[in-house]
Amino acid sequence: MEEYTLLRQFADSWMLLLLFAFFVGIVIWVFRPGASKEYKDTANIPFRHTDAPAPQQDDKPAEIKEARK
Amino acid sequence: MCTGNIFIYLCLSQKTGYCLDTDQSSGGCCPTIQQPVKKVLRYKRIAQGMAKGRNMSNYIKLIVLGLIVLFAAIGSNYARDLAYQVHAILVMIIAGGLFIWTLRNTDEPDILVDRSAEYMDDVIRYGVIATAFWGVVGFLAGTFIAFQLAFPGLNFEWAQGYLNFGRLRPLHTSAVIFAFGGNALIATSFYVVQRTSAARLWGGNLAWFVFWGYQLFIVLAATGYVLGGTQSKEYAEPEWYVDLWLTIVWVAYLAVYLGTIIKRKEPHIYVANWFYLAFIVTVAMLHLVNNMTIPVSIWGSKSVIVWSGVQDAMIQWWYGHNAVGFFLTAGFLGMMYYFIPKQAERPVFSYKLSIIHFWALIFLYIWAGPHHLHYTALPDWASTLGMVFSVVLWMPSWGGMINGLMTLSGAWDKLRTDPVIRMMVISVGFYGMSTFEGPMMSIRAVNSLSHYTDWTIGHVHSGALGWNGMITFGALYFLVPVLWKRERLYSLQMVSWHFWLATIGIVLYAASMWVTGIMEGLMWREVDANGFLVNSFADTVAAKFPMYVVRALGGVMFVAGSLIMCYNLWMTVRKAPAKEASLTVAVPAE
Repeated sequence: MEEYTLLRQFADSWMLLLLFAFFVGIVIWVFRPGASKEYKDTANIPFRHTDAPAPQQDDKPAEIKEARK
Repeated sequence: MCTGNIFIYLCLSQKTGYCLDTDQSSGGCCPTIQQPVKKVLRYKRIAQGMAKGRNMSNYIKLIVLGLIVLFAAIGSNYARDLAYQVHAILVMIIAGGLFIWTLRNTDEPDILVDRSAEYMDDVIRYGVIATAFWGVVGFLAGTFIAFQLAFPGLNFEWAQGYLNFGRLRPLHTSAVIFAFGGNALIATSFYVVQRTSAARLWGGNLAWFVFWGYQLFIVLAATGYVLGGTQSKEYAEPEWYVDLWLTIVWVAYLAVYLGTIIKRKEPHIYVANWFYLAFIVTVAMLHLVNNMTIPVSIWGSKSVIVWSGVQDAMIQWWYGHNAVGFFLTAGFLGMMYYFIPKQAERPVFSYKLSIIHFWALIFLYIWAGPHHLHYTALPDWASTLGMVFSVVLWMPSWGGMINGLMTLSGAWDKLRTDPVIRMMVISVGFYGMSTFEGPMMSIRAVNSLSHYTDWTIGHVHSGALGWNGMITFGALYFLVPVLWKRERLYSLQMVSWHFWLATIGIVLYAASMWVTGIMEGLMWREVDANGFLVNSFADTVAAKFPMYVVRALGGVMFVAGSLIMCYNLWMTVRKAPAKEASLTVAVPAE
């Protein structure tokens, strides 16, 4: 079979199905049970850590980089 | 146990040996004296190693810079055209300057500072300044060429071949899209990714390379257009070596961005980062495929594209429309999803909708390009596909618009008191308007009237000035007081002035272009009883004159607003009261 026809056939069938199924899967996944609670937390990310990064958890020294600036 | 942020300043001085200076932020919970000796030794070792590694990398830098200077010098001698020659000289001067600068800093005592407990904001401050600067340059260029169209005498005889409309038009489009929009995207993405990841930018000074490398790209592109170095692909005019340079900068940008996301402290990746990441990755792909060119000579700017005929046209508009879809839409939606919630002080209306918005947008946009090629050699099925996807795209676009607008639900009163949020809201409004207009224009029957007319120009500008411009202004008004640690903006009244000047300017622009676009479309297709065309092309040009003047005046108002913004932001930095240092966070002087 000609390369174009082959690719065209694949794109029109399996790839289309795959992409469509992926998209529908995302929509279903978004509405999974317990999502609302989790997204409420995620949606508030911009209101945390506005002035400084999260502190280092352990007391091991942070890497030293960015000399001279 | 110490929970506060500890800043450790390690200074390596050749004269005095090593000294360790500890400073802490949260009220003396771990005094300096308690630092274990073992730890000090460890810092010392790291510092020594770093200093050595640094000098080593300086030698490599010097070799690379030296080779670039040499190559550029040869290039400026053998250059086959003016644009290439000027660029070679420019690169030679910049690389030479960097060579001297690196050389002077080699073997100097290093001052190593651990800054992992603060955000990397200095590069964002530079980005904000660059955004405002290139914005004004791009708006001025646009207004000038608008007057050139109304009054052709402004294509001065003495500047023919340099400052005529044909040379300045790509300068304007690239200045506003890539210089203004691009800098806004880089600066805000660096700001947003740090805050939403609760982590400092990855890669250290790589972020500086991204910033300055991108400015060099802009300068090379802009000077190239004026001097005739262009490959004539819309929104992708820069020639091969400028494309290669942008590729390097873009890979570094992706690395900084992804690196920061990978080391994030928040378990989830906030939706704004998804949009920014889609923008960075897709633009990289588009840029590479659309610029597959073979240089005629390594000493000249001319190159030949590997695609031909309708394939070339299709790839160009696949690129062109996704430059709109991913550069001007996805990236700026990232801005919307961060700055509107921040300015409204409430989380986004529906996080679920934002996820569906994201996936729907990126799944659909990539197919919309063929609607630029209705009634051409492109097969009908392809242009129908582009048309259908463009119409379907209306849904996620409006989903996103509703999500942005409804974020204000319960806080609509802010519209009356806060001109910054007003700016952001009208930008989302223009987004909704132009994403309605776009799908409509992509329908073949409508396109047969609108294509090649000024209607398209009006559509682009209601999107670019209204959506991209206004959301960027809003983000700048948000960022400047935060980044320069000011209590507030210098003047809210000036923001209002800016808001109204820009809004009325856009309305004048879009309205005049609708009128002139539909008028010229109808004039072009008008035939008499015998089937002969009624109007010559020159007739339509003459008929458009009043609308061209109105459009240019709209541009003047938009520029005036942006100048007011620049003054206001400048005075915010100079005169607005400084923010009292927060008690919980120490901010060492930079």
